[in-house]
Amino acid sequence: MKKITIAIFILCMAPFSLFAAGLGIVLDKAPIDTTDNASLQRGAESFVNYCLTCHGASFMRYNRHRDIGLSNEQILDKLIYTSQKVGDLMQSAMRKKEGEEWFGVIPPDLSVIARSRGADWLYTYLRTFYRDDATATGWNNLIFDRAAMPHVLYQLQGEQKLVVKTVDKEKQKSLSLDKPGKLTAAEYDKFVGDLVNYLVYLGEPHANTRKELGFMVMIFLLGMLVLSYALKREYWKDIH
Amino acid sequence: MSIYNSMIEWIDKRFPLTSNWKAHLSEYYAPKNFNFWYYFGSLALLVLVNQLITGIFLTMNYKPDASLAFASVEYIMRDVDYGWLIRYMHSTGASMFFVVVYLHMFRGMMYGSYRKPRELLWLVGMAIFFVLMSLAFTGYILPWGQMSYWGAQVIVSMFGAIPVIGDTLSQWLLGDFTLSDAALNRFFAYHVVTLPILLVTLVFVHVLALHETGSNNPDGIEIKENKNPKTGIPVDGIPFHPYYSVKDIVGVVVFMMVFCGIIFFAPEMGGYFLEYNNFIPANTLQTPDHIAPVWYFTPYYSMLRAVTVNFLWIDAKLWGVILMAASVVIFCFLPWLDRSPVKSIRYKGPYFKIALTLFVISFFVLGWLGTKSPTPLYTLLAQIFTVIYFAFFILMPWYSKIDKTKPEPKRVKE
Repeated sequence: MKKITIAIFILCMAPFSLFAAGLGIVLDKAPIDTTDNASLQRGAESFVNYCLTCHGASFMRYNRHRDIGLSNEQILDKLIYTSQKVGDLMQSAMRKKEGEEWFGVIPPDLSVIARSRGADWLYTYLRTFYRDDATATGWNNLIFDRAAMPHVLYQLQGEQKLVVKTVDKEKQKSLSLDKPGKLTAAEYDKFVGDLVNYLVYLGEPHANTRKELGFMVMIFLLGMLVLSYALKREYWKDIH
Repeated sequence: MSIYNSMIEWIDKRFPLTSNWKAHLSEYYAPKNFNFWYYFGSLALLVLVNQLITGIFLTMNYKPDASLAFASVEYIMRDVDYGWLIRYMHSTGASMFFVVVYLHMFRGMMYGSYRKPRELLWLVGMAIFFVLMSLAFTGYILPWGQMSYWGAQVIVSMFGAIPVIGDTLSQWLLGDFTLSDAALNRFFAYHVVTLPILLVTLVFVHVLALHETGSNNPDGIEIKENKNPKTGIPVDGIPFHPYYSVKDIVGVVVFMMVFCGIIFFAPEMGGYFLEYNNFIPANTLQTPDHIAPVWYFTPYYSMLRAVTVNFLWIDAKLWGVILMAASVVIFCFLPWLDRSPVKSIRYKGPYFKIALTLFVISFFVLGWLGTKSPTPLYTLLAQIFTVIYFAFFILMPWYSKIDKTKPEPKRVKE
């Protein structure tokens, strides 16, 4: 009987192995370590300098950055350039209406962007802008076609151009550096890595606490398991 | 007489405390051969309590307002003390409620727990399942993310498919012409007041009905038919308390390890418990490329999409809705569809075993397909497995009757 069951199961599952692979864009792996405070602090500064002008992180309070090793004074000094207070939310400097007029869309809030897009997507996205005269901004992106955002980091990365090769009748897209920027390719990768690491932290500031607490809870439950099982055995002696 | 005893006596004269304690716990006799599958009833109760308690704390900080809802959830996640824990307990609890209830129902299907005399118990259970689905639906709207919004839009459009009254009905449900703040407000009211009261009441009735008939067991035989003539206690029965109360504690701890494992180490559960797109605030002007309901609704969603042709003057969309509703309601008929002379799978023949296996496979495959964008191949697969899913029920009177069963034992096996 069990053999029949297993045979039916395998037969039913067979069609799925055919298209399990599927098509997808290969994303680069982001170097994420939300316990690396130095990286998070660098990322936070870059975020405030380059992203917060247009995007908000309006669910996040500045003083939450004490979690990543900054004091209130450091937060005021490094992260706040306006008259905002240390307990304020990280609002964008730009008005929503202006954003819509300038870019066609309101730049999305970035508080939880790493949770919807994923770190690898962001890491790849921020490194694959290229010059494209056909778009309104003059920029395009390899994994987000006609992104409304121009390449705000081009001074750091430099300008890339699209190279299309035909290999085995399939078009393959790649990028090459046309005009170098202030940073080398490795430095730029590290810069974006820190920024994306910060975005992951920003998406869920309590993630580290969560894992630490979870570890304690699991140890407690293991102890409870031993005790509760011993109690059950003691009572069930009468039955068996 | 001790103070304790005199206090109990004082209460007993005014309220049936001791008699209820005995009737439902210390002298409620349950079969002694419960196995792994019998943990999920008490676990469902545990998850219910978890949802009620965490729900109360979430309500303290959540704002049922289309312009504030998404931000208020993030406020809970960031600024409320342990808000992230409360929220993850609630979101994980929602999914685990379905895990536990599906396993609980599967237990009933394996061991014939829906059979006479437990038909009403099964029907009350089904009512609980419908309320649970409504709770899940109304709850999923509340964070007001893209999936909340567009998932609800799909469900609401199903009401629109009903002929003649469809549009009026969906407007009446939504309180607006489209899904908007008005709907969010009323769904919040259903989610935190109406449905929880219904659920708790039905669970109470479910337990009362269970304690009237007594529990079934993996052998599917009635322990009440074999009582000790002197005591009147079933010879294969043991008092629920302390035996099953201490046994269920072990089940609770093991379950908590899984539950906490998810809460603390994988609260999104790979996008299945918390969908990635639901971290994007609802945008009424931008339909996502791919709308997928949460995993526990995906088998039914697959069946909704499986119908692609108009048939008998009824268009495909309405057939989809009918089929989807039927796929859930059909469980209610199980007590009368099963014509086998035995209850438990242990004594049923190969036809039932094959049918149940195919049913489980089709449930999983349909569930998996429901998370994918439809392609011609996927739609064909969904159609095939929809047929298998319904065949399990519709053909049951036939195959359960002609199946080659084994004789049931007189006493439960250890």
